[in-house]
Amino acid sequence: MKEYFSNIYTALVTIFIGMKVTLKHLFVPSVTIQYPDVKPELPERERNRLYVNMDDCIGCDQCARACPVSCIQIETTKALPAEDLGKTSNGKKKALWVTGFTIDFSKCCYCQLCVFPCPTDCIYMTDVYEFSEYQRDDLIFDFVTLTPEERQQKRDNLAKFNAEKEAEKLKAAAESKPKIETEQKKDQPKE
Amino acid sequence: MMYDFFVDLFGNTVIAGIASGILMSLLPLFLFILPYALLAVLAERKVSAHMQDRLGPMRIGWHGWNQTIADIIKLIQKEDIVASDTDKPLFNFAPVLVFAGSYAAFAAIPFSSYYIGSEVDLGIFYIIAVTGLVVAGILMAGWASNNKYSLLGSMRSVAQIVSYEIPTMLVVLSLVMVSETMSLHTLSEMQTGYFWNWYIFGGPGFSLTKFLLIPSMLIGFIIIYISTLAEVNRVPFDIPEAESELVAGYHTEYSGMKFAMFFLAEYANMYAVSAIVAALFFGGYQSPVGYLGNLLGVEWLIPIEQFLWFAAKGLFFVFVQMWLRWTLPRLRVDQLMAVSWKYLIPIAFVNLIVIGFITLI
Repeated sequence: MKEYFSNIYTALVTIFIGMKVTLKHLFVPSVTIQYPDVKPELPERERNRLYVNMDDCIGCDQCARACPVSCIQIETTKALPAEDLGKTSNGKKKALWVTGFTIDFSKCCYCQLCVFPCPTDCIYMTDVYEFSEYQRDDLIFDFVTLTPEERQQKRDNLAKFNAEKEAEKLKAAAESKPKIETEQKKDQPKE
Repeated sequence: MMYDFFVDLFGNTVIAGIASGILMSLLPLFLFILPYALLAVLAERKVSAHMQDRLGPMRIGWHGWNQTIADIIKLIQKEDIVASDTDKPLFNFAPVLVFAGSYAAFAAIPFSSYYIGSEVDLGIFYIIAVTGLVVAGILMAGWASNNKYSLLGSMRSVAQIVSYEIPTMLVVLSLVMVSETMSLHTLSEMQTGYFWNWYIFGGPGFSLTKFLLIPSMLIGFIIIYISTLAEVNRVPFDIPEAESELVAGYHTEYSGMKFAMFFLAEYANMYAVSAIVAALFFGGYQSPVGYLGNLLGVEWLIPIEQFLWFAAKGLFFVFVQMWLRWTLPRLRVDQLMAVSWKYLIPIAFVNLIVIGFITLI
């Protein structure tokens, strides 16, 4: 009988204790962040989408080699001797046109390993994390600042330059060759 | 009231009777239950969210005020799926019956001294009888769905409602003994004046019996509140629709508007039982502190004030139901039965006898 009444007592008392707790929480400011309107403050070293500052890129390919998932593709074109590409912000001389620099963010694992080897600190993590796309191909980001025509022009320039050089070589070779031939010809009749 | 107005208008008692009947029966639905359900569903989500330090719906309208309207539009658009192995007539009829059962209870609830759907002398008896239809509807829904979760849910629900009707009725009976009336309208009229005339404070008058009744009335109030909470299948007595065990209980197989009817019936029921508790113990539509209409000498203000008081009392108890829902965990089936048969019924019975002796004095 004593237990019966103590059961009733504890049941009622604990219900009221619980109700007190929930009522208190009714007036506690909520912890919800209204996401698209209000964005949470990210930690300082947050790793999100990569960005490449092409003004500083020297096309050394070190980031592409460091990438564990090979999501960085770099294509470089040699500059002509007459062209001056200027210097990077930390004083390195640029010698290559970067005609292709794509990062496939559908593959990227945000490990930041590409950031450390960069000699000019031109590749780094930003705080942008909203870049979802409907097509996977849309996640391949092209960072090159040159227009497609300019890139083609650079390639053509180099090809032309190389062809000219080759032609000059051939010409030089052709000029020196006949002499040998004539010498040989001269030699032959002697026998 | 309405009837007399129509008699004056048409000069024919038959037409006036039909017209006033239709109007009187539709008024609470469109004027009260639907707006209330819209508000209560939103309030439930808001209360639950804030009790868990969240915000709840925030997108549609200011602080999500239009969320329920959007939900209803969605529910109306939804496909009405009827599985092939269901018992179709019963399956289609069950939500109607459940809603009709809970809606019919509103007929005898006095919203103000000028508005009561039907002034039955057996008001509270009628309400208890007609809410019994809900049990049939729930069992029908569970059985016709041909689904094990539905069947389990409805069987639990029936067991629960049937066993919790007994303490409810015992408490109602003890109140009927004190007030010597079953009409909720008369009951509310008896508690007129100030709040110390409410039955929770021993009822009207100023005598020894009033003070002797106070503890019994408190116990009676607690019992009827717990048992009506169980009758409307709310947490902690929500084992018929226990989400984590039974998917959704008896309305697992329902979709679209049929589901919405169960939903509406649940919220209508919540208000109905809260209104009954308010009418029995807390003065019904009577103001606890007197009327502004009396003070200003504006007589038409009084019924409006009474309606507001009644709505406020009912909504407060609905809020307490929500509050309990987000406080307490669900009971096990055996615990549920133990609460009813071992605790509520014996105490209610002893309480009934004690009140009987006190009224004899």
